[in-house]
Amino acid sequence: MKRARVAYAGVLHEATPHTSDGHSALRLSDGRVVAEDAVVWLPPFSVGTVIALGLNYGDHARELSFNAQEEPLVFLKGPNTLLGHRGHTRRPRDAAFMHYECELAVVIGRTAKNVSRQQAMQHVMGYCVANDYAVRDYLENWYRPNLRAKNRDGCTVLGPWLVDASDVPDPGNLNLRTFVNGKQTQTGNTRDLIFGIPYLIEYLSAFMTLTTGDVILTGTPEGVVNVIAGDEVRCEIDGIGCLVNTLVADDVFSR
Amino acid sequence: MSFSATPVVSLDTPMMDMPPYRLSGTVYGTLLNHRSALAALGATVNLPPYKAPPKAPVLYIKPRNTLAVDGDAVMVPAGVTELEVGASLGVVISRTACHVAAEHALDHVAGYVIVNDISVPHPDYYRPSVRYKARDGFCPLSSVVARDAIKNPDALTIRIYIDDVLVQTVSTADLVRPIAQLLVDVTDFMTLMPGDVLAVGVAAPAPRVRAGQRVTIKIDGVGALHNHFVGVA
Repeated sequence: MKRARVAYAGVLHEATPHTSDGHSALRLSDGRVVAEDAVVWLPPFSVGTVIALGLNYGDHARELSFNAQEEPLVFLKGPNTLLGHRGHTRRPRDAAFMHYECELAVVIGRTAKNVSRQQAMQHVMGYCVANDYAVRDYLENWYRPNLRAKNRDGCTVLGPWLVDASDVPDPGNLNLRTFVNGKQTQTGNTRDLIFGIPYLIEYLSAFMTLTTGDVILTGTPEGVVNVIAGDEVRCEIDGIGCLVNTLVADDVFSR
Repeated sequence: MSFSATPVVSLDTPMMDMPPYRLSGTVYGTLLNHRSALAALGATVNLPPYKAPPKAPVLYIKPRNTLAVDGDAVMVPAGVTELEVGASLGVVISRTACHVAAEHALDHVAGYVIVNDISVPHPDYYRPSVRYKARDGFCPLSSVVARDAIKNPDALTIRIYIDDVLVQTVSTADLVRPIAQLLVDVTDFMTLMPGDVLAVGVAAPAPRVRAGQRVTIKIDGVGALHNHFVGVA
């Protein structure tokens, strides 16, 4: 099952995909069927701690000249960064290099503390697509990646759907693609994750208890390019969804 | 927004479902914002891997699993002999703070809290693993005191006691970025939301504590935060 959270006509709804006359639409929990562009899409679940992986694909790590890691490179993101499908993200004009990162997001559904790799997947509620933006210009050599580079408002895009784990038989073999203004710029497959999902859950739950709504952004493959205001970024993962975001200029935000 | 002058609000649970403002559960820490912490690094700030002192505020997140309250036990993990006590004043956000101006910065403050930002000692500040700072129970918070109960948050004495012995006395007067300026510079790049806590900075050297010891942090006008440290059973 796929579920979205949307705002429509004054209230929040759970929504599911609906096809009507060959067109994709949404069916709200109260029975109304509405167009996908008639609603405001929110992150598809109540988001807890956002745990993100850096350099978790070998190709992307090489792209950024990193050597093999001894342990996952984990950083955290705050709730100010969250944004839904079809949302707008501010693109600061003074930055030379801001890029998307298409990632498989793993959503925890059951408390996980000291969980083994073998048991880890039982704690996964589902998956969604994530776009974990970064502004490279703001990277400093302190507590990398420092929050000014990664924890910006609207820079963790999640959605469109939360897809039940039972509908994703092999999350370790999913194709990812990113398109900027319709042109493909990034491709990868989750089989190339350096640290796979069961490993990450075991690793994290050994020191931090994971609870429902916590989400692990598993990292991005190579193919990140600069994006500018006005660009439409579409991150796709087979069987999970197609997540659209638009970059918006500073002046719209009174900057 | 009106604000009750009632000075102290207790926090009964780590989720802090409390008036006057429910804490959001998000706690941000500020690295190297106490002059002593920056000074302790000396010339190394200009050497690799840092190459330069921090320009913008360097923050980190203490996620919700780290939250604890007064009286809670803190677990010293296996294989670790000592933990660092990171005593800091925490600013509790009232109204959403985005790109705030200095003269209005404190209008976004609901109150203040004592934060014990506990860490496993780690060798450097370049890219430390989150397992040093994000462990369960590694962020005890005190009760919140209302903003108006504190005349000047930039002149508060912080005292750290280990087993009732005073081991360190520092002041918020020695912040690199005083509180209003910190709010200006942080909200320039990220929005702080109602109930978020921003720990304004830990002094160096951070006192170290072992299993079996008790830590009390006192901040003038804010109160006291007591926690004891236990080994793995």
